[in-house]
Amino acid sequence: MLKIKNLLVKVGEKVILNGIDLTVKSGEVVAVMGPNGSGKSTLAYAIAGHPKYQTSNKKEKNNWIIKIDGERIDDISPDLRAKEGLFLANQYPVAIFGLTVNSFLWQMYKKNRIAASKTPRNDAMSLVEFRKYVEELTNSLNLNLDLLKRSLNDGFSGGEKKKLEILQLLVFCPKYVILDEIDSGLDVDALKVIAQTVAKVAKEKKMGVLVITHYNRILKYLKADRVIVLEKGKIVKSGTGKLAEEIEVSGYKNND
Amino acid sequence: MTRFAPVKVDNKEKEVIGEYKYGFSMPEDNVFKAERGLSEEVVQIISKIKKEPEWMLKNRLAAFEKFGEMPMPSWGADLSGINFANIFYYVKASQKMEKSWDDVPADIKTTYDRLGIPEAEKQYLGGVKAQYESEVVYGSLMKKYSDLGIIFCGMDEALKKYPEMVKKYFGTLIPMGDNKFAALNTAVWSGGSFIYVPKGVKVDMPLQAYFRINSANMGQFERTLMIIDEGAFVHYVEGCTAPIYSTDSLHSAVVEIFVKKGARCRYTTIQNWSTNVYNLVTKRARVEEDGVMEWIDGNLGSKVTMKYPSVVLVGKRAHGEILSVAVAGKGQHQDAGGKCIHLAPETTSRIISKSISLKGGQASYRGLVQMNLGAKKSRSKVVCDALILDKKSRSDTYPVNKINESEVTLEHEATVSKIGEEQLFYLMSRGFDEHEAEAMIVNGFIEPIVKELPMEYSVELNRLINLQMEGSVG
Repeated sequence: MLKIKNLLVKVGEKVILNGIDLTVKSGEVVAVMGPNGSGKSTLAYAIAGHPKYQTSNKKEKNNWIIKIDGERIDDISPDLRAKEGLFLANQYPVAIFGLTVNSFLWQMYKKNRIAASKTPRNDAMSLVEFRKYVEELTNSLNLNLDLLKRSLNDGFSGGEKKKLEILQLLVFCPKYVILDEIDSGLDVDALKVIAQTVAKVAKEKKMGVLVITHYNRILKYLKADRVIVLEKGKIVKSGTGKLAEEIEVSGYKNND
Repeated sequence: MTRFAPVKVDNKEKEVIGEYKYGFSMPEDNVFKAERGLSEEVVQIISKIKKEPEWMLKNRLAAFEKFGEMPMPSWGADLSGINFANIFYYVKASQKMEKSWDDVPADIKTTYDRLGIPEAEKQYLGGVKAQYESEVVYGSLMKKYSDLGIIFCGMDEALKKYPEMVKKYFGTLIPMGDNKFAALNTAVWSGGSFIYVPKGVKVDMPLQAYFRINSANMGQFERTLMIIDEGAFVHYVEGCTAPIYSTDSLHSAVVEIFVKKGARCRYTTIQNWSTNVYNLVTKRARVEEDGVMEWIDGNLGSKVTMKYPSVVLVGKRAHGEILSVAVAGKGQHQDAGGKCIHLAPETTSRIISKSISLKGGQASYRGLVQMNLGAKKSRSKVVCDALILDKKSRSDTYPVNKINESEVTLEHEATVSKIGEEQLFYLMSRGFDEHEAEAMIVNGFIEPIVKELPMEYSVELNRLINLQMEGSVG
């Protein structure tokens, strides 16, 4: 279980999130919705450990704030959070010049799936097998294979970047995934393939999914078990998947 | 290249500056060592020991006079720390150049073993020259190459065996008055490589020279001359290391390359001097019609480097390329770049410079693109990118363009970047620790140059850079 308790997040002196309690169970899809500036993306970054976001426990100072399957992660660096099985699919993936996608994915695979494994893995793929596996995944996302030879996110279109985040997610195979507005700037076909891919892998691997989104449309293909509405840094509403549809019809304002 | 663990050397003169694996030294067992400092007498002695023809002695003496007259460069890096009177200008550690490693004196052989040279030679080199202090102590060339008429020998040997050829080319591209350090080199030069590749011959394996300074306050002044005849090809690689001493050494080389019609020369340098060496080198190539000259220059070590490999494009459609990587760490100033002089129509050139500064290091790009009247339809592209790893470090760019012909194209791109928090976070959120993430960004940054190197060298370059970066985080 991904568990968040009394989460307070500041950027500089400004409080962005003011006491969030949230849980995501294995295999569960939880949607976080809310208007611009409500603190949705801050929630994603704070969980993943971005240094710009200072987190603290609003009620019990020095007590834990975020746990993954019982392990506290709010006091460790982003790489160690990744090792606990956390993956953030970014809204704005950054480019790394000269690091090819192929090379990056292979290093990520070795690091997180072979080296991090506590027991010897007999199913570890060789480089050749891995390349083939990546090509299959790339095709399944309707992503051009040529991208694999290019620098990571360098000159990629918005849609290509988002699909590449999902490709990384598939290679990484986390226990919990956060999708930060993965649907923004996507056409209908790209949205569909991304949402369906996540829905399928989450079900197969029993991943917990936290979907941060502005719109209901991604939830048509990636069904949310629960929906939470954020406003001004607080959870103002929570409910079943139906809540997302209501928001779609009447907007955030009318739900006050 | 073979690896070895750093070995502790019991030497009181030594001071450990960081992790430099080539920092060991051997006890001095010299055949001859000139006294400290530079005088006409020292110049005479060097020439006498080498039994040189009269013209070379005269040339040396003229250059010595020139050296005295010329001022220190008023631009570039700070050279005020050089004490010319404290330097040993000539040290001969071995009686003669050997053709078998077994005949090389034991201490010297041990040095090269530890540097991995004999092993590399077995695996992928076509020929090797090893210079220890002032003289070439080992030389080899594969029989298949010598059978084709290729000459690869020490400069001193060339002066004896091929005096006409040396006299015809020596100092014609870099005259003694070019700059103060070219004058110094011309006065006291010793060692260096001489290469001649006959018409149409393509040398498919790299020829390597390895320069090693062993004693403290040593001045190494090798002189290299290469003539690549029409339609021929050669790839020459040089590596440089020195022990770590608390006092400074000086390396001041001159390299002249003549690329004839349709020929191609690639010259790769991985300079990894210890951080007490002043590295002041003049390198120039003259390229004839349809010829290609490529300088690939890696500057990792030294206290101060001033080096701007140049191409003078004298023939139609000649092409020059300068790819350089400089890494400036603690206490280092890498002042590097390149010069492309276009003298003929339809000539093309490209300069790609990548610099990384960290731990307070300073990296400067200094470059010149000159297009003379008549160099119609010539093109040049300059890209210089700087990556600064921390707030203590700096990077400067000094590009100069002199265009005297209207029908030409010149592009210039320059970027300065820092390793961003967003890039580090992105990679760390994929499970890489901060050091690994930083290394991935740096390796990506220099990738356009690294991919031009033979496999063995690209692995070594990446390894050296990662070694220099260790502990730079935080």
